[in-house]
Amino acid sequence: MLIYSQPLEVTQILDTVDQFLRTHLSPGMVSLSKGILTGLLLLVAYAVIALALIYIERKVAAFFQARLGPNRLGKYGVFQSLADMIKILIKEIIPINKADQLLFFAASFFVIIASLLAFGAIPFGMDLHAIDFNLGVFYLLAVSSLGVIGILLAGWSSNNKYSMIGAMRSGAQFISYELSAGFSLMTIVVLSGTLQFSEIIEGQRYCWNLFNGHLPAVVAFVIYLISGHAETNRGPFDLPEAESELTAGYHTEYSGLQFGFFYLSEYLNMFIVAAVATTMFLGGWMPVQIKGWEAFNQVMWVIPSWAWFIGKVGVMIFLSLWVRWSFPRLRIDLLLNLEWKYLLPINLVNLLVMVIIVLSGFTLTELFPAFFGR
Amino acid sequence: MRDIRKMILVTAPDALIEERQKLTVTLRPEQLHRVMEELRRDETIPYDYLISLTGMDWGDTLGVIYQLSSSADLTREIIVITSTANRTDPLLYSVSDLYETAQLNEREVYALFGIRFINNPDMRRFLLNDQWKGFPFRKDYTHDPVVNPVTVISSDIVDIAPRIRETAGGDLVEESVAIFDEDDYIINIGPQHPSTHGVMHFRTTLDGEIVKKVDVHSGYIHRGIEKLCENMTYPQMLHLTDRLDYLSANINRHALCMCIEKAADIAVPARAQYIRTIMDELQRISSHLLAWAAHCNDLGGTTAFIYGMREREHILDIFDKTCGGRLIVNQNVVGGVMFDIYPDFQKDVKAFIPYMRRQLIEYDHFFSHNAIALGRLVDIGHLSREDAISYGVTGPAGRASGWSCDVRRYKPYALYDKVEFKEILRTDGDSYARYMNRLDEIAQSLHIIEQLIDRIPPGEVCTKVKPVIRLPEGQFFQSVETGKGEFGVFIESRGEKTPYRVKFRSPSLSAVSAIPLICKGSFLSDLIGIAGSMDFVIPDIDR
Amino acid sequence: MEVKDIKIKAFPAEEFKDNETLQLYIDELKREGGSVIVGKLDQLVNWGRANSLWPLAFATSCCGIEFMAAASAHYDLSRFGMEVTRNSPRQADVMVVAGTIVNKMAPLLRRVYDQMAEPKYVVAMGACAISGGPFVHSYNVVNGVDQLVPVDIYIPGCPPRPESLFYGLLQLQRKVKVERFFGHKRIKRNYRPETLVDPETGERIDPQIDFNTK
Repeated sequence: MLIYSQPLEVTQILDTVDQFLRTHLSPGMVSLSKGILTGLLLLVAYAVIALALIYIERKVAAFFQARLGPNRLGKYGVFQSLADMIKILIKEIIPINKADQLLFFAASFFVIIASLLAFGAIPFGMDLHAIDFNLGVFYLLAVSSLGVIGILLAGWSSNNKYSMIGAMRSGAQFISYELSAGFSLMTIVVLSGTLQFSEIIEGQRYCWNLFNGHLPAVVAFVIYLISGHAETNRGPFDLPEAESELTAGYHTEYSGLQFGFFYLSEYLNMFIVAAVATTMFLGGWMPVQIKGWEAFNQVMWVIPSWAWFIGKVGVMIFLSLWVRWSFPRLRIDLLLNLEWKYLLPINLVNLLVMVIIVLSGFTLTELFPAFFGR
Repeated sequence: MRDIRKMILVTAPDALIEERQKLTVTLRPEQLHRVMEELRRDETIPYDYLISLTGMDWGDTLGVIYQLSSSADLTREIIVITSTANRTDPLLYSVSDLYETAQLNEREVYALFGIRFINNPDMRRFLLNDQWKGFPFRKDYTHDPVVNPVTVISSDIVDIAPRIRETAGGDLVEESVAIFDEDDYIINIGPQHPSTHGVMHFRTTLDGEIVKKVDVHSGYIHRGIEKLCENMTYPQMLHLTDRLDYLSANINRHALCMCIEKAADIAVPARAQYIRTIMDELQRISSHLLAWAAHCNDLGGTTAFIYGMREREHILDIFDKTCGGRLIVNQNVVGGVMFDIYPDFQKDVKAFIPYMRRQLIEYDHFFSHNAIALGRLVDIGHLSREDAISYGVTGPAGRASGWSCDVRRYKPYALYDKVEFKEILRTDGDSYARYMNRLDEIAQSLHIIEQLIDRIPPGEVCTKVKPVIRLPEGQFFQSVETGKGEFGVFIESRGEKTPYRVKFRSPSLSAVSAIPLICKGSFLSDLIGIAGSMDFVIPDIDR
Repeated sequence: MEVKDIKIKAFPAEEFKDNETLQLYIDELKREGGSVIVGKLDQLVNWGRANSLWPLAFATSCCGIEFMAAASAHYDLSRFGMEVTRNSPRQADVMVVAGTIVNKMAPLLRRVYDQMAEPKYVVAMGACAISGGPFVHSYNVVNGVDQLVPVDIYIPGCPPRPESLFYGLLQLQRKVKVERFFGHKRIKRNYRPETLVDPETGERIDPQIDFNTK
């Protein structure tokens, strides 16, 4: 395998920082300060990505609805979310009488911490990940399912019937669709033979998992998109906050920054789902490469890996928004029917098919090693 | 006709039968229920459709006017009048066991006139608070802000309904029943809720997500329009009708104008008739578009909502250019229309027709055939034909239940007898039928406009009418077909320049009264969807 | 600070009417003073607040439809960042009272207002919300919502066109931009609760009390 020139990668910067810390601090302090720096970077990235997504969603929604969208603050209104953030930061936080104060307060943190933990595990680019677990996929599934606790707590502690109904819906929906999401990711784990994100990405160098596993991978991809979309509680699966039924669902009683947390995490979850779909199915940050076409591959590598990642995630997010703004809302029984009667059985069979395909060597990499083999 | 008279005279020998604008029967209170039952159960032409139930205060007596019609033949109408001289505790017999729509209407009459109805299962006040002192529609009522002050202190809703029951022995028993069970999980949908189309208030009990019972509360926008009309001259009243069902503003106003014109014998120029009919149909399209948009929004389709509003703006632009109003057009006046159409009117309307037809196809692609939408619409909120008639649900919703009830067809007014159009009927009676009926009616309205738009004759647009109009003594009725259903105007005149009593028959009230029936046992989400499919406007209910 | 210093994009101060009233408010705030640095921070805060007014449509009648029209494609409220209509009063910034408020609704309007988080603004949209409009003589109509809640902006019309709504909301933006977050300097709002009485005792209601705790 040739080493390509990668002029725009941030690996060099990271190395420089690493060297700088090592020459000035003791080994223990190096780890500590690196941890703090990474945490800060993740927090900043979290906020920036969420704000950007809010703006993008509003613009894309406007596009679908033949409107203009925000256009007063800065060129094309790009600072709109910034204004929203400033306002929300200093908005009054109302303590609710007769609410369970502790749980009410804790709920918003649960939600945001769960999404932040999942966010931290995402490989954003070549060497751009906080930690590369060998159990990456498993970890991600585990922490991202914590968020529903926050939603249930919010609904329960608000002492509000609408919130309660919203939270119960959310609980049922989340547990159901987490199954499908998990199983469809497992299908890909079977295909890649690893739970580690870096290896999964490396395995997709010449052939994305989506193509490599052909039929079962495509099925798993579609199911993951549906269930991932449902997990983020966004239309047409936005039953927990169903604007036209439950006013604002589980976060009806939240104001100010606490509401801001729910709002941010909703958008971030959308990003996480898109990022996971990208990593598992679409080659993650890996540029498009074709075996043997060295000149082409070099050109592809000039585009840095994080740009590839953002590009692929962007496409996935656009898909999500497209669905969000096109479909009416499902009803709770239709929603659960879809999961338990269709998606889950299909998923189980699909997993089996994938195992058979992998064992009998019917993946593209094994069928055509000259084109797709590593 | 003969048979009816004979039949009534057999049941009530001293009934007074007169041939006024409509056949009018005056009865003693104790005869009322039996006669109504006879009419209701008549085999050849059952009078099973109670168009309106109007409370009256004739000074020394209090009473009720029932306007009956038959689902078999909508052209037949009978007015039944009854009254009692007891002003301190007036009691009349309820007809709510014969006509479901009577229930809310009788509660309204109780709130406004203080007449209580024996055997009505629920005699709470409808439009006003329980704390309200006095009966505002009585002629001897004077409003005193000290007695009924504006307040910001919330009072709890009492879910106990008083009622008067007649025992088998003929004694009257006063009792009270609880609306809900003790451990019911009650949620308030409304009055300030995004999908109640205004300020409707459904107190709903839930069993999980299933709706067990819906209790309809209203009056959060009861503005007393009918009472206000009593102190206004006839031309002054017109603008209030616009603000009843503001989505059919022009059509409502048309009804009142026609009622006055017929009573005062004022001729309307042909050009004005054309303008009125075209404007009515444009208004109907805009009303249906908004209903479609809001219904889609209730089902979670935000983008569909915006699309409906987008097309609606084209019509509003035409209104705007014609008379400067968008939503409320103030176009109809007694004797014609206020403004002539502008030079490019025909061109704009003709451009709109093909555009709207294209959009209708897009709506079908976008929403009507969407799998999720079908799951939310088909076989949801079933309303049978009998129930539709009994509850008086007219308009697209009634026709979706298979009840042919188009006023334009059976009691044609303006130019509707000169144009050809199809009455859209469906027999499924579910949300989807109501939904599709609206879209199909838009196409029919376009068809009607197409027939008229090139034939507008030249000439005057308004007859000269004195600024003060005196109607002759009598009772006058007029019905029109609005976007929601049959809208009726009733005026009782004593020959003065102001009316003695005005009553508007609201199609939305009927639609809402059927909600508890058709939502029972459905999901909470479907309650919202069904309410959207019934398409009601709250100020029309509360008046 | 002068009226002309309040910037609204694509809408110079001279094109607004009633600049005099706003100038009076500014003068009043000026007399009470404020240091320069806080002034800059205030500007940032106000920039955020003024451009992120999330409305709660308290729509009771015709004006509500015009509000919806304003939020739709033809007029597009979202240009000003105001399309995020929150149905929960806790999350809204400006309550647009669109339509007639009757006696039965009055306590509910007040309750929704009390549920909103500071800073909160009220826009009275349409003749009914301003004064009772065509129904001013009715036995059941509140003659102006400023009897119930403090009102920032009145938008006349029956119903007001979406353009008027925009004009009113832009005026509200200007009003917000004058405020001082540090030091809690709010601009004067119109409020005349003199007519409010307790329906049971007949006593005057103190407008300052927290109505929810009673």
